[in-house]
Amino acid sequence: MNDAVLSAHALVKRFGGITATSNVTLHLARGARHALIGPNGAGKTTLINLLTGVLQPTEGSIRLQGQDISRLAPHLRVRRGLVRTFQINQLFDSLSPQQTLTLVLSQHLGLGARWWQALGADAEVQRRCDALLQQFHLQEVRAMPTRVLAYGKRRLLEIAIALACEPRVLLLDEPVAGVPAGEREELLQTVAALPADVSILLIEHDMDLVFSFATRMTVLVNGAVLTEGDPQSIADDPRVKAVYLGEEVAHG
Amino acid sequence: MSSTTNWRWWELLLWCGAFAMPWLWAERALVINEIAILALFAVSLDLILGYTGIVSLGHAAFFGVGAYSAALFAKFVHPDPLLGLLVGAACATVLGAVCSATILRGSDLTRLMVTLGVALILLELANKFDGLTGGTDGLQGVVIAPLFGRFAFDLYGQVPATYSLGVLLLLFVLARRLVQSPFGATLVAIRDNRLRAMAIGIPVAQRLVVVYTVAAGVAGCAGALLAQTSGFASLDLFEFHRSADVMLVLVIGGTGWLYGGVLGALVFQVLQKAISSVTPQYWTFWIGLFLVVLVLVGRERLVRPWTWRFGGQRV
Repeated sequence: MNDAVLSAHALVKRFGGITATSNVTLHLARGARHALIGPNGAGKTTLINLLTGVLQPTEGSIRLQGQDISRLAPHLRVRRGLVRTFQINQLFDSLSPQQTLTLVLSQHLGLGARWWQALGADAEVQRRCDALLQQFHLQEVRAMPTRVLAYGKRRLLEIAIALACEPRVLLLDEPVAGVPAGEREELLQTVAALPADVSILLIEHDMDLVFSFATRMTVLVNGAVLTEGDPQSIADDPRVKAVYLGEEVAHG
Repeated sequence: MSSTTNWRWWELLLWCGAFAMPWLWAERALVINEIAILALFAVSLDLILGYTGIVSLGHAAFFGVGAYSAALFAKFVHPDPLLGLLVGAACATVLGAVCSATILRGSDLTRLMVTLGVALILLELANKFDGLTGGTDGLQGVVIAPLFGRFAFDLYGQVPATYSLGVLLLLFVLARRLVQSPFGATLVAIRDNRLRAMAIGIPVAQRLVVVYTVAAGVAGCAGALLAQTSGFASLDLFEFHRSADVMLVLVIGGTGWLYGGVLGALVFQVLQKAISSVTPQYWTFWIGLFLVVLVLVGRERLVRPWTWRFGGQRV
């Protein structure tokens, strides 16, 4: 696992007497298409929060591209290429999609502290913003305030924001939750079309999606890693079936 | 997006009108001076409240420090108004940088209490060190030299009003630049969703420190203008009602568009003068009633009387 881009080592997170994450070790290889699954309350989102720095681990360490980032502030992890999306949309409601993406791109390209220039004055920012609006079908709503957008559009914007940050490691927290079936395919294709050396950790409940996307899977139960392996061995594992997958997926 | 950064016709009209007023209507020059100062104070609060979402009930702390330091500078060091203005702004900026540590953590309620507390502490300090500040008597005998060595501050207030308007315009233009820039957009992002702001790499704490410090400096300028144009500084500058008034100005004018502070200050002062000339004792009752109506009916509908009749049925 020397090729690991992101690795968590013996992570523990306790909230008072509750252990939300218990001794989790996880390696994300360069270019991985890795899925993290587990029943509700397994601690998947807590683990994402630990990796991105929203929460501080009680014990254990996190390394990104070989460097210890366990105590690094969240925004500095983003600058090193560790980017996430949220299970529940986290958007800037008063800004339009165009303003949002312009802002994200400005920050990403190191122009976020400029106070003398108008937002969007930079040609490179504008070019990338147009490309993202096009790619995510946000062209026709580009100037509307985000708060009035339909759910599907908001979800697209949620993903577009993360991609605007040019992630090296992308953590997707249930990216297609609530997206109409027709738009899912497209969203997934966009994610799948990311450069091959971008590592992706996907949290998802839709098992069809997980099995079509992931080349490696980790099963989380009660805050601890139950097992890890390729999709076939996970699907065949009787313990996984027992705690999580159930009959339905075993058929498919 | 460039359309929003261009100046619109009514903006130019507003500023030309403002600068012409003290000279066309000399007996109102003193009021115009007060409006300009209150507007600047409100623009400063709008930077942190409207754009960044930091609530404060103690913005008078910076206003008062700017005023006292400008007045003391004029009295003991040098009477030049522009130097004094810079000193007032610098002192308030330093205080803002120090106090910005207090607004980084906690909820809105915490911030309300902390900012209120800071203003109360400064009020008590100004009261205690009466050798320097004059205590409850106020700091008297502040004489300001002519502006640019030529334009003396007259009793009618024409020069002071123009001076205050000039400073207001300069800082307004800078503030306008700031809020329309990428930096300003990161402030709005922090206001709208702090979690996501962090998740796209915005250094949230650093931004809050910077904007709070800048706003404190602008508030200090407003305070310095008041001390210089009135030739006086008193404990009243730190009082709670100043922090509350400037909040009311933004409630009237609206937050998050800078002109809210300017128009709010205009309406607030005009209402105050008009009502108190009719009923000097009870003007706060009427302004209270006005605020209740404003909030219940909504600013948008209040300024569009033609929508009143059908507005309710359509919604």
